[in-house]
Amino acid sequence: MKKTFLNRDLIQRLGFSMISLVALFTVVPIVGVMIYIILQGAPAISWEFLTAMPRDGMRAGGIWPAIVGTFYLTVGTAVFSVPLGIAAAIYLSEYASENWLTRTIRIAIISLAGIPSVVYGLFGLGLFVLFLQFGTSILAASLTLSIMTLPVIISASEEALRSVPQAFRTVSISLGGTRWQTIRRIVLPQALPGIITGVILGLERAAGETAPILFTGAAFFLPRLPGSPLDATMALPYHLFVISTQVPEMPFQIQYGTALVLIIFVLGMNLVATVIRSRARAKRQW
Amino acid sequence: MVENKIVIEDLSLSYTDGTESLHEISLNIPVNAISVLFGPAGGGKSSLLRCLNRLNDLADVRTVAGRILLDGVDILDPATDVIALRRRVGMVFARPVVLPLSIRGNLTYGLELAGEKRRSRLDEAAERGLKLAALWDEVKERLDDPAIALSGGQQQRLCLARVLAQQPEVILLDEPTSGLDPISTSKVEGALQELKREYTIVLVPHSVQQAARTADYAAFFLQGGLIEYGVDKELFTHPKKQRTEDYVEGRFG
Repeated sequence: MKKTFLNRDLIQRLGFSMISLVALFTVVPIVGVMIYIILQGAPAISWEFLTAMPRDGMRAGGIWPAIVGTFYLTVGTAVFSVPLGIAAAIYLSEYASENWLTRTIRIAIISLAGIPSVVYGLFGLGLFVLFLQFGTSILAASLTLSIMTLPVIISASEEALRSVPQAFRTVSISLGGTRWQTIRRIVLPQALPGIITGVILGLERAAGETAPILFTGAAFFLPRLPGSPLDATMALPYHLFVISTQVPEMPFQIQYGTALVLIIFVLGMNLVATVIRSRARAKRQW
Repeated sequence: MVENKIVIEDLSLSYTDGTESLHEISLNIPVNAISVLFGPAGGGKSSLLRCLNRLNDLADVRTVAGRILLDGVDILDPATDVIALRRRVGMVFARPVVLPLSIRGNLTYGLELAGEKRRSRLDEAAERGLKLAALWDEVKERLDDPAIALSGGQQQRLCLARVLAQQPEVILLDEPTSGLDPISTSKVEGALQELKREYTIVLVPHSVQQAARTADYAAFFLQGGLIEYGVDKELFTHPKKQRTEDYVEGRFG
């Protein structure tokens, strides 16, 4: 009797160890990539690298315009996609009833999330750059990235809104609240951490994308800062692509230095999202 | 002569899934008294309660027929201002649901929605509500604490206080003590006995015993129909209908 118990216990432990080991493997790639990029890129990082214009056909100097450009593109994307995405999520979660229209909208959102990013780039070129005549510009690139980011923001925000208990809404209405008062005073504040997390994760993806900005706003080499939303701009992901494949005799530290800056930019946003989420969980009142 | 606050005339209600919840209910709710609606689950008590402040508007209701007169005015009329109605007819739910706000924030929520900004008025209303719900002494020192920190019994009295802070005319209570211990239950019941002097109370009790303890008027519901209506305790001591007697004496339920 005791023996079988021990055997079972042993088998269980063995099983758990195996599962833990497999789970550990998921950590390996991210740690590996990080270590490799840091080792290769860290020597390139200097004050000049971060704040100077590129020189000598980008083989020397800094990546300042690419950093600023990625920042502008991220902010530009946020300006368009955040209000639209949250509004759409509020509509879907709080107002819309289940009918053919909302089903169509949902299918559209899911499909939007499945479109390859280079297709967004071509679409942006056709609609924003050529048809609306925004030219190759921050505006056109931001709008293109916004369309790509929308499904992420809508899905995450809708999820966050739906996770607010229905009872809060009923009580608020029963106390003489209108639907909008209920949303603004109870539902939105409760859903906000989840919404912010979704927004950041969406924008983070936009910040790291190359294909959508390839034809719509990214400049190959532009050693000055953009002066208006209608200017083209350098951007970190595209710059990385250019110096990795298009420029002969490129010092590889600059490539890895650029990659390191990009990954810090993106992981930094990720970290902010994680902190917001865990803080909100600790404070949650239901 | 009893003055009726609410007069229900031939009220029928069915949901979109095809179930009929209420069938030709006619019932008077007298002012300044506790009217108890009791009976087994699924009898239509909650549905009726939710008609009285039009909270059923949120549910998948297919048809509503009949009239509900509040002070002589039909509240089922599409032209009714439901926001104003819900301020006059407050509701306490079975499960205490405190809003994710402070204790004070819960109490002043309804008034703030109505546009009241004066701090003194809000504080006054909060204090009045808490005192009426017999909760003031327990929380007066910590009004700005999160309401969720209160015990279950305190939360339910806070929900009652929240309704009272709005100075409604009618208070609807849907099994308000179903999740509470006996001590908290007797506090709530005690508060109701005080409150009926100024308010009209409609209570769905969570047991026959509670129905018998609290009722000034009692209505027995079974499967969407009103089976019997009685004044004071007569339904519990001398029921006229066999089914009422069977239920009251515990032969089914």
